[in-house]
Amino acid sequence: MDYLIGWLVLLPLLGAGVLLTGGRRLDRTGHWIGTVLAGSSFVVAAVLFFDMLGRSGEDRALHSTAFTWISVGSFKADVAFQLDQLSMTFALLITGVGTLIHIYSIGYMEHDERRRRFFGYLNLFLAAMLLLVLADNYLLLYVGWEGVGLASYLLIGFWQHKPSAATAAKKAFIVNRVGDVGLSIAIMLMFTTFGTFTFGPVLGAVDGAGEGVLTGIGLMLLLAACGKSAQVPLQSWLGDAMEGPTPVSALIHAATMVTAGVYLITRSGAIFDAAPTAQVAVVTVGAVTLLFGAIVGCAKDDIKKALAGSTMSQIGYMVMAAGLGPIGYVFAIMHLVTHGFFKAGLFLGAGSVMHGMNDEVDMRKYGALRKYMPVTFVTFGLGYLAIIGFPGLSGFFSKDKIIEAAFAKGGTEGWILGGAALLGAGITAFYMTRVMLMTFFGEKRWEPDAEGHEPHPHESPKSMTIPMVVLAFGSVFAGFLFSWNEAFVKWLEPVTSFEEAHPPMGAAAVTGATMVVMLLGVGLAWAMYGRRPVPSVAPRASWLTRAARRDLLQDDFNHVALVLPGEYLTRGLVYVDHKGVDGVVNGTAAAVGGLSGRMRRLQNGYVRSYAVSMLAGTAVLVAATLLMRGVA
Amino acid sequence: MSSTVAVHSLWTTAAPLAADKINAPKIEYAQLAPVLIVFGVAILGILLEAFLPRRFRYTGQVGLAVVGMAAAFAAVVALAAGGYATTKAHIAAMGAVAVDGPALFLQGTILLVGMVGVFTFAERRLDPKAHGRHVDSFAAQGSAVPGSDQEKDAVRAGFTTTEVFPLLMFAIGGMLIFPAANDLLTLFVALEVFSLPLYLLCALARRRRLMSQEAAVKYFLLGAFSSAFLLFGIALLYGYAGTVSYSGIASVVDGTAKLNPALADSAGNDALLLIGAALVGMGLLFKVGAVPFHMWTPDVYEGAPTPVTGFMAAATKVAAFGALLRLLYVVLPELRWDWRPVLWGVAILTMLVGAIVAVTQTDVKRLLAYSSIAHAGFILAGVIATTPEGVSSVLFYLAAYSFVTLGAFAVVTLVRDAGGEATHLSRWAGLGRRSPLVAAVFAIFLLAFAGIPLTSGFAGKFAVFSAAAQGGAMPLVIVGVISSAIAAFFYIRVIVLMFFSEPKADGPTVAVPSPLTSTAIAVGVAVTLVLGVAPQYFLDLANQAGVFVR
Repeated sequence: MDYLIGWLVLLPLLGAGVLLTGGRRLDRTGHWIGTVLAGSSFVVAAVLFFDMLGRSGEDRALHSTAFTWISVGSFKADVAFQLDQLSMTFALLITGVGTLIHIYSIGYMEHDERRRRFFGYLNLFLAAMLLLVLADNYLLLYVGWEGVGLASYLLIGFWQHKPSAATAAKKAFIVNRVGDVGLSIAIMLMFTTFGTFTFGPVLGAVDGAGEGVLTGIGLMLLLAACGKSAQVPLQSWLGDAMEGPTPVSALIHAATMVTAGVYLITRSGAIFDAAPTAQVAVVTVGAVTLLFGAIVGCAKDDIKKALAGSTMSQIGYMVMAAGLGPIGYVFAIMHLVTHGFFKAGLFLGAGSVMHGMNDEVDMRKYGALRKYMPVTFVTFGLGYLAIIGFPGLSGFFSKDKIIEAAFAKGGTEGWILGGAALLGAGITAFYMTRVMLMTFFGEKRWEPDAEGHEPHPHESPKSMTIPMVVLAFGSVFAGFLFSWNEAFVKWLEPVTSFEEAHPPMGAAAVTGATMVVMLLGVGLAWAMYGRRPVPSVAPRASWLTRAARRDLLQDDFNHVALVLPGEYLTRGLVYVDHKGVDGVVNGTAAAVGGLSGRMRRLQNGYVRSYAVSMLAGTAVLVAATLLMRGVA
Repeated sequence: MSSTVAVHSLWTTAAPLAADKINAPKIEYAQLAPVLIVFGVAILGILLEAFLPRRFRYTGQVGLAVVGMAAAFAAVVALAAGGYATTKAHIAAMGAVAVDGPALFLQGTILLVGMVGVFTFAERRLDPKAHGRHVDSFAAQGSAVPGSDQEKDAVRAGFTTTEVFPLLMFAIGGMLIFPAANDLLTLFVALEVFSLPLYLLCALARRRRLMSQEAAVKYFLLGAFSSAFLLFGIALLYGYAGTVSYSGIASVVDGTAKLNPALADSAGNDALLLIGAALVGMGLLFKVGAVPFHMWTPDVYEGAPTPVTGFMAAATKVAAFGALLRLLYVVLPELRWDWRPVLWGVAILTMLVGAIVAVTQTDVKRLLAYSSIAHAGFILAGVIATTPEGVSSVLFYLAAYSFVTLGAFAVVTLVRDAGGEATHLSRWAGLGRRSPLVAAVFAIFLLAFAGIPLTSGFAGKFAVFSAAAQGGAMPLVIVGVISSAIAAFFYIRVIVLMFFSEPKADGPTVAVPSPLTSTAIAVGVAVTLVLGVAPQYFLDLANQAGVFVR
């Protein structure tokens, strides 16, 4: 079966190649080609999955070497794949959600002239993302890592005629570069420390390495994860990335690509387990981000940006869980998968709403849509219940486990992390209820768009609603299925290792507290947005809300802390370059030229002068020779 | 192997001692074959001039010269293959001529350069036809006064100076002996044998004859001046050691000779030795064009017919550096603490002056002349190393440099306007737009001069500089690198001029050469690239050939 692994990557790559080079003649069929290839990839993944189920725990991992990529001295890199339970989980999520979003995009992008190209980019993304999770070494992972960055850049800026989209794409790319540097440094450190970057040997040799270098590798990996997964301090690009078409936001900036950081940390678990300092950094980043994203999500009126804040916050949960070590890895991945379902569903729902509302994104101009878009309302509503952790739905199982694990960390650290996670759950309930109320309940606050078209909200076509329904099923049942008989834990345990979490106050107490906090959040939101009419222009609010509307001043911070010093540094360097370096260079050139002109005059064409210079030269030569000996 | 102590066994091996009785002169004809073949061809060429009808002379001379070069080169290869470059290294002709690695390596180089030189000498397609006949770069009749009726008659009659081929053969013959000369008299005779034909050749340009003759006279006067110094130096050395033989002088210097009591006094006089060595060295430095004995170079290079310039620039340098190496490494190794500092100064001056003055040159031939001065400095850096690597790096550099030079001057003959070769740099503007191939080839040669990787220039420079650094001459290497940077400026300026300037409306055209010049240029390009991309084989060859016989 192992030969099939390569096809997972190859099929969407083939699609990208065909669609991006096929030209206009594929305009009419391109979206089908892209969708079919994505679907085929999912079928391959499913076949591999059932094949894997047929083997027992330790034998489940498959390896397949396609070819030797680079071989220079002791430096050897293969294009080789590793399909274990962790990779399998991702492959199913990526191809499954990916295929659904391809189908959704057929309807969503119907009127876009460049739909074929859009599907080409989506296929490219799938190929890169699959390469990322299937690589058996860090170098090949890096290729996929950069590939998803490229696809993300291309898709955020897909509507390149909008300056805001072009800017957002650049911002995402540049911020991601910072993280990518981290990953490349980590890989170099690995190579110098272990002499290889294949997962097995590297992670197996961790015990023999010094803690200092492991901490360094861990922090660099964390930096990479922060970039890709929009974690503090590299979180600023995700909100702007919502400029991309909504299916992109659902697939790349909610369900899959942004979770690559969690994959990286989980995959490198052995390194973090041996580097407690790096682990503390990971949980800190996760805890801070989960609150940061949640607070931002509370203040946004743009439905996609509110969901983006929520994504950031939910990934914060995952990163924190991954930083907790063996008690958290499994639940980080479990939350990642359930989040993949419900967040993709929420984004698709948002896209459906925008589709019916003339691409309006301001929730203050929605209201009362439940009657007009029943399917969207129900699927979105189920996603909503899942994310806030309503008992029995997906989010309940996965998030609750993370909160328990956080408390189980023990000591002050456990209380801080658990408290943050608990508080985050409350805020999640608040902002998601707010989104729900402002969009589907209350009065109509619709306004004509810039061209004067009155909105006529309507349910979206089948191609869009069916994926939403499928994802809604996932949102409802995934968590329950995963937790049934601890299926997910048993599935992943051979790869990630697992320890039972024992929160000091008992698991039931944690669950109860989570419920209370969630209800408080829902109630507060209902008090603010359900009982009172929502003003269609955002009122001036407290300083915290204003700051949250500005993404908690992240861009202002970056501007002051990075951009301005950078600009001054650049100006200074340009000044030094012009006045100093160029001055020295030009001055040297002028000096050489002047010297040359003067020396040239000695060459006057008269043999007598030449002869004299020879005579003088000979005299000097003889004198010098004698002086060297001291004979003269 | 012998009773003589081999003092510097790294680069000298002891020759079998001559028996202590008077023998009849014994000449090893086989070992001297390359030289004898070339001189035989030269004399045969003179006979052809005397007896062959004019219309057959060109074909006869060119054919004879090519065959002679090939035969002589084959002889060199045969000698090298026969082990004379290494184990059977030997001093032939009663101690007058060494047959050893450096001699054979340099003779092979000179013969290949000579062969290519014959091609460029024989080129007759570049100049427009004069009165229906193809003409070459040389004056119709050397003895005719420029502008006189006699000259016009000679041109009208379609005369060509086919004597250039025997002259070239004599020059090559002298050059073959020069690096192999094993006593001071042979050295001097060889010097004159190759210099005199070169003076004549310089005077024989078809166009701008007065300038050509001026160049020849300057070269002759200054050459004679330097020869006088050289001869005086020889006299002083003889006075010091009582012999002109290299090994004889060397053994007096290192104190291993059994001295005749009459000589004991003079042999103790180091002033004689030092002044003599300095003067002989000066004569050789003049020939390589080292500062401050370089001033003839630009004027002569500019005035001489370009094929002659190319040959002279390449071959003279090879021969003269060969002689310098032998003098310093065989005769004067014991004196190296005396001559090394002096040569340091000469090398630094040569590198800097060559590179700096070249910056403001406006004529391609003068530019190449100053570039050749700078290169003489780089090679001197390798000479100063006084290590086996020093010898082999210099040998390699000479081989690499000579082909680049020959090719570059061959390209210069192609770029022409109504007045003949267009050598002013401003005329070369935009050449790359109009004749991309020629400009690209010239660019390759310039990059090789500049020492850019993947060209022979880089491999050569790397070899001499690393040898110099190992030999403890780090400051010299630093000056060398700085000079290279300055030199890169004017080489690359020419490339920029050719490719990134607008062509002039009345700019020169590129003449389509016959296969002769094309071959010369192609050989230059091939050697430049092969020695640049895969230098190791040739470095090994030079390394094997790097041991002098004493």
